Amino acid sequence: MIEFTFWDILRNLLLAARWTVLLSLAAFVGGALVGLVVLFFRISRNKWIKRIASGYIALFQGTPLLMQLFLMFFGLPMLGLRIEPWTAAALGLTFFASAYLAEIWRSGVDALPRGQWDAGASLGLHYLQELRLIILPQAFAITRAPTVGFLVQLIKSTALTSIIGFEELVRTSNAINNATFEPFTVYGLVALIFFVMCFPLTQYARRLERAAAH
Amino acid sequence: MGYSLDFGWLAGAVGAIARGAATTVLLIAVTTLAGTFLSILGAAGKRNGPKPLRLAIATYVEVMRNTPFLVQLFFIFFGLPSLGIRLDPILAAMLAMTLNMAAYTIEIVGAGLDAVPRGQTEAALALGLRSRQVFIKIVLPQALKVIYPALTSQIVIMMLESAVVSQIAVRELTYEADMLQARTFRAFETYLVVTMVYLGLSMGLRRLLVGGGRRVLGAGVS
Repeated sequence: MIEFTFWDILRNLLLAARWTVLLSLAAFVGGALVGLVVLFFRISRNKWIKRIASGYIALFQGTPLLMQLFLMFFGLPMLGLRIEPWTAAALGLTFFASAYLAEIWRSGVDALPRGQWDAGASLGLHYLQELRLIILPQAFAITRAPTVGFLVQLIKSTALTSIIGFEELVRTSNAINNATFEPFTVYGLVALIFFVMCFPLTQYARRLERAAAH
Repeated sequence: MGYSLDFGWLAGAVGAIARGAATTVLLIAVTTLAGTFLSILGAAGKRNGPKPLRLAIATYVEVMRNTPFLVQLFFIFFGLPSLGIRLDPILAAMLAMTLNMAAYTIEIVGAGLDAVPRGQTEAALALGLRSRQVFIKIVLPQALKVIYPALTSQIVIMMLESAVVSQIAVRELTYEADMLQARTFRAFETYLVVTMVYLGLSMGLRRLLVGGGRRVLGAGVS
């Protein structure tokens, strides 16, 4: 049996944490892009398009993320796509994030007074210009705190990708635990690493929230 | 292409899916009761307790909110036995879910307690109620009414997150799905069906909670 010292465990976990960070970033960026499209649908003036977006959001918010990941992992190969844990994880989290981000931003759009739209229209702006120049910048600004808060949730959610076989922090820790039989240390350290990643963001979100309240 | 969906296995799987769903419902029912109770104690302690207790509760909330539920679950199930505490998978799952949910609902309940005007407490004290009576009979019911929608959402989120406890072999819905797909080799169809069951559960749970809340807490609960 290979001997692991405390530092070996920590070093391996930190190396694996890079993948957690990378996956979180990829899912956040991807989720923001797809989420923007969903947002456009969600605030559309067409009843049916709006309904489709609402259904999409309700579907992702009403089912477990683990199921969504499984469906990605087993479903995409049926469409003839070769899929690895990384792709399934990144795509699954992207769609998951898009639904939540769209809903967060939608609340921002709804919170703006009707007069903002009217003022834009009276200046002769058409719909897309209104969105780009007037509505969206304000909607993003007032939803900054929940957006950062969701990023924390997303980072924590990457832990689930270990179950479909993506080699991130938790999957690595399972392997290390199987070799060392020191679950207390290993999972304690994993929790600590997640805490170090998430806590500053939580504090940042809290500060934004407080600033918004004033 | 050449792949076609096959749901032929479904007829023989209804029993397993129903059993799994029942376990999921049991898990969330226990978690809801224990978690709410714990968070009422936690929120009250955070407001009126001695300083070390307040600090401990605040630390607990931050630690739980900034680490993944899956890691908490593994820590409790695999880590605690090395301290001599050995738990059944289902007990470990209930414990992890309760502790996780309480961290979120302590904040929610706390916000509700803050929302009750001070005058309510003063009036009740002036009528000669003891402070515990004031809390249980006057402040708490009003606070619960305010926070009920947020509490409902948190319960539904926890139900969805409970899918993860299949990883420590609790025989709930996701565990049954894992077993089924290993037997039928119809992974996508199995998870599709089970995902829809989860969707039904979460919509049903929300409805039940909103309806039940109206009945118990009175009108004005959405």
